[in-house]
This record gives sequence, structure tokens and C-alpha cells, in this order.
Amino acid sequence: MTSPLEQKIKITGPVVVTANRVGDGAVVYRRGDGWTTALDDADITTSATEARALITAAIADDLNAVGSYIAPVKLTGAGGVLPGNLRESIRRDGPTIQLPELMSVETVVARRKNQDAHVSL
Amino acid sequence: MYLYDDFDRTLVAERVADFRDQVARRLSGELTEDEFKPLRLMNGVYLQLHAYMLRTAIPYGTLSSKQLRMLAHVARRYDRGYGHFTTRQNIQYHWIKLEELPDAMADLASVGMHGMQTSGNCVRNITTDQWAGVAPDEIEDPRIWAEVVRQHVTLHPEFSFLPRKFKIAVGTARHDRAALRIHDLALQLHRNGAGETGFEVMVGGGLGRTPFLAKTIKPFLQKRDVLSYVEAVLRTYNQFARRDNIWKARIKILVHDLGAEAFAKEVDAEWQSIKDGALALDPAVVADIAGRFRYPQYQRLDDGPPPLGEARHADRRFDAWMNNSVVNHKMPGYAIVTLSLKPEGGTPGDATAEQMDAVADLADRYSFGEIRVGHEQNLALPHVAQRDLPELWQELHAIGVATPNVGLVSDIIACPGLDYCSLANARSIPIAQEIASRFRNLDLARDLGRLHINISGCINACGHHHVGHIGILGVEKNGEEFYQITLGGKADADAKLGTLIGPAVPYAQVADVVEDIAAAYIELRARPDELFIDTLARAGIEPFRERVYAAR
Repeated sequence: MTSPLEQKIKITGPVVVTANRVGDGAVVYRRGDGWTTALDDADITTSATEARALITAAIADDLNAVGSYIAPVKLTGAGGVLPGNLRESIRRDGPTIQLPELMSVETVVARRKNQDAHVSL
Repeated sequence: MYLYDDFDRTLVAERVADFRDQVARRLSGELTEDEFKPLRLMNGVYLQLHAYMLRTAIPYGTLSSKQLRMLAHVARRYDRGYGHFTTRQNIQYHWIKLEELPDAMADLASVGMHGMQTSGNCVRNITTDQWAGVAPDEIEDPRIWAEVVRQHVTLHPEFSFLPRKFKIAVGTARHDRAALRIHDLALQLHRNGAGETGFEVMVGGGLGRTPFLAKTIKPFLQKRDVLSYVEAVLRTYNQFARRDNIWKARIKILVHDLGAEAFAKEVDAEWQSIKDGALALDPAVVADIAGRFRYPQYQRLDDGPPPLGEARHADRRFDAWMNNSVVNHKMPGYAIVTLSLKPEGGTPGDATAEQMDAVADLADRYSFGEIRVGHEQNLALPHVAQRDLPELWQELHAIGVATPNVGLVSDIIACPGLDYCSLANARSIPIAQEIASRFRNLDLARDLGRLHINISGCINACGHHHVGHIGILGVEKNGEEFYQITLGGKADADAKLGTLIGPAVPYAQVADVVEDIAAAYIELRARPDELFIDTLARAGIEPFRERVYAAR
């Protein structure tokens, strides 16, 4: 696998540098000399030179973050920041499916009733 | 159950201590990620999209109730209250923190469980038939041989840094329930005309971007030679496989490039030099391992107790579940019960901590404390007295694992896909959920009969899409999720790779396509009991292709 530092950086829009936090694997974004878990707070650039500086510093911070790479973002008219693709949306927001822990008792019961309704022969 | 000894317990405990030290050094900065990564991978620890993932081996898919309770505890204490059973008889936790991993591993070790060799370029968890030891059609318990091989390859220094991962499966039954032909190496026990038993050895199977079915290189291997022959295969692979290209490093590429015959010759040359040495199996050693598998003290019971028939007659839902999820046991009066982890709206293979605890309790009450995990991502209770089935069904129904869809269109095998996995290009789980929702009417699903759908979120094929009757592979095109559809794959004794039917379809159309394929099958089948896969073999894929693409 080629290191991000050895790759030519091509940027066609705003980007951030993202990684996973070493201690718990949480998604983090490069901000200043450190990291933030909020995409809104991340350093954003449209410059390849600045992106290289960001990724170089991020990779050097091996103690705190792992797997740094440059990821696209979208800027909203209201000054907000959105992930630039589905993968980054899922990294920020979590799985697109309902997790078992979040399934309410009512949902489970309703689902079971629904199954029962379809067992007719 | 298999009874581990002090050697096994010490080995696992020492590994936990080693890993605790390695994690501490990583967190302090003493180890860089480049240095730490191979160490964590040796313990089944990956980094995924949102967190670390811990993969824990379930050797030959056999769990005690105590072990299942521990899996529930780990899910609850260190994860988010659930775990995901995989196509290789492992369980994965998707939200584990590195800081807590040593404690989680210590808890698992307290019941003899670990993540050793569940990742990395080594011999992975050896899989087998989830009905091992209880299936009426087996010659003998395959777990004995899986365990013989496991003991030899665990931490084997020569095989800890193979060119790539190496997956072994063992089967001893007439029906292949372990997907043998898609493994790097598979052992299938046969009985010859003289009544002797020996193993057919198959090598070079595997899916991924270059799928191959394993080829037989030894039709009948004496049991005494199992270890020496496996060793010879691994040595030949280790010596000749391409380490320069990760995409060409699996044994399937080597066997394909050399040809099965030439590969077999190389193996044989190696084998001749070691077959009569220390690896020739002493029957006493095999007997000792076999003796560590403890079987229940079954009662003398008759098949088909009258109350069972009455219960089936009284409740058609129970009868439907009996027809779908319960099969014969080798002992009269007993049954094997499959617990569907594919409820409508659920994630294939997921079980909550509460479900795991409840299943463990039910195993204690109804299955001599034993649970099985199958590669189809369902669980099984292997030793249920038939007279207990009505009561057990009520209990299983109450915890959501009695959906009578085993082997049907909604019993979908799916990898975690882009919702969790850093390798994935597209989502698998929501596709599975949408298809299951379209076929939630179990009358329709039963009418369709046996129909296996397999979904992978990338070309690495963890969802075994190549061998699904309907295979679905997620790809990414210009930032959008698309899905390739294959038809006609199967993973049984007559294994076959599916055929791509045409251009990939967008995310929103996948369930429609499956409905179209199902509708075409109903129109094309020669009679109501002609299975989908048989209709496909008879009619070819063209009418299905036309049906799918005519409307698009």
C-alpha cells in the first residue's frame, strides 16, 4: 500500500484530513495541531499544498491517530460542512441501518406480530 | 464439547498477557502503528470505519452455554450490546476500544476463547459442518480432524507468515454443509468400497476478485497421513506462491498457474520426505483428541412422540417452523434446531447480548448446554429432545430467533459491507433488509423454496456472493453504489460459481431485480417443486437476464 505521502495529491474541491483515534478508533478530523471529532471544526482546504502539509502533520502524529487520509467534504451555503461521499457520511454518522441496541421493545414486538401475520398457510 | 487442557489454557493466557503489553506500548507511543498492526492482526483486531473490530474464533462452530454467555458479556461490557456471527464461524464485535481490548480478551480467555489466527497471513479458524457429531449423514465427527489440524497449525512458526491467509475446512458428511470447495484447503471424508475411510484433499479454492473452486489433488488420503499431507501442501504453497503481489498470493492463484496436477506433484515430492516421520499420526493421539469431545448422555427416546404430532396439528405456525428449522438427529427421539438470525428488519448474523444469554439458557434447558454456529450466519441447538420442541419453539419465538425462513429467500448471507467495513465499496445490510422485506410473506418465500442469496459489499467476497444462487456484489461507480448480479452459484458438494448476468444495477433497483428473478423462476419452473437452482440449470440464465434487463 502506497503511503498517502508518496501519492500525488489531486484536489478538485474542499477537503479535510481524517483518521481514527488510537485509543478507541473513533473518527477524528485534523484541526490545528490536534484532532477533533466534529467535522464542522476540522481544518478545510482547497489547496494541494495545504492538504499535503495537513496530511504530513497528521501522519507524524502516530501516537494519537491512525490511518490518516485526505477526504472530500461539501460546504453548505450556511457555512456548514458535510461529508463528501457516502463512506465519509457513514464514518461521521454511523451505520445507515438501525443498530440492535437502538431497536425498541415496541419495534421488536411489532416485528414479531408482523411475522406472525405472514405465517398463514 | 471439546475439553481443553492446561496447555491450551496456558497458551491463551500467555497470549492475553503479551497483547496487554503490546497495547500498553502502542498507547504510550513506544510502538508505532506500523509496528503494532501485525501484532494486533495476529489477535483478530482490525480497524474499521468507526472503531476497532475484534474477531473471535469459534472453533468448528461449537460453543458451550458458558462460552455464549461470555460472548454476551463481551458484547454488553465492551461493545454496543450485540455481536455479528460471520461466514467463517467467528463472531465479530464492531465497536471495541483498543484501550479495553486486553480486558475483553482476558474475559474471553477465561472460557478458552481467543482471536488468535482469525486474521493475518496464517492458517485461520478451521471450519466444519455445524451439525458435526449429530448429523445422520456423517461418517464420523469432523471436529476430531479439525482439532488435529488446529493443534498442529496453531502458532506453527513455519506457517505464521504465509504469503496470504489460508482457510481450511473439514467435512465428513454426504452433504457438504461447510462450503468445502471455496476453501484454500478442504478435507472431505469418504468411505471406499472396502469400507475404509480416508480424506479427499482439495486445494486452491477461494473467492475474492479471482474466484476458483478447489481442485481435488488426492482422492483418498489415509487418515494417518492427514497432518503430513497438510504440512506438505502448506510448505509447497509457502515456497512457490507469489509474495510480490498481494492479489496473486493466495494458493488458488498458484494452483491455477501451475495446474492442479503439477501442484499435486510438488506436494507429493514434499510429502514423500515427511510422511513416515513425526507427523504420521499415532492412532493413540487421535483417540485422545477424539476422547476430549464429550457427547451428551442421550436418553433412549422414540422418534415422533405423539404430543409433537398433536402440537403440529394444533398450531400451523409451529408446524411451519418444524418443517423449516428442525431436522433429524442421528439419535432417535432427538432433533437439530436451527435458530434463524435473519428476522425481518434485522441484520443477517447479528445477535444481541440478551438473545445470546437467552439462547445459552435455552441450550442448558434443552440442548445439553451446547450451541452451534453455521457459516450461513445462523445458530443451532444440536441436541433437542423432540418432545421438547413445542415448548422450545415458544421460547425461541419470544426472543426473535424462530423465523421459519432457514434456507429460504430471506435467509440471506451478507457481509457487514460499507456500514462497518473499511474495505467495502457499497452497503450489504440494507440491501439484505430490503430484499427480506419484499419477501416477508413466508407463504411466498416457501413457494419459492430453497433459494440462497449472498451479498458482498466488495470484491473480497466475505458474503460469498459467487456461490449464491443469486449473488449480489456491491461496486462503486462515480461515487454511487451499484450492484452486479450473478446467478447459479452454489456452495454444496456440487459447487459452482455464479454467472454475471449483465451490467450492474443501482442501489434502489436491487430488490426489484431479485423480485423479477423470482417471478421469472415461478413462470419457468417445470413443476412447483423444481428448485430455483434446478430451473436455472435447465432453462439457462438467458430468460432471467431478459426479464431483468427488458424493463431497465
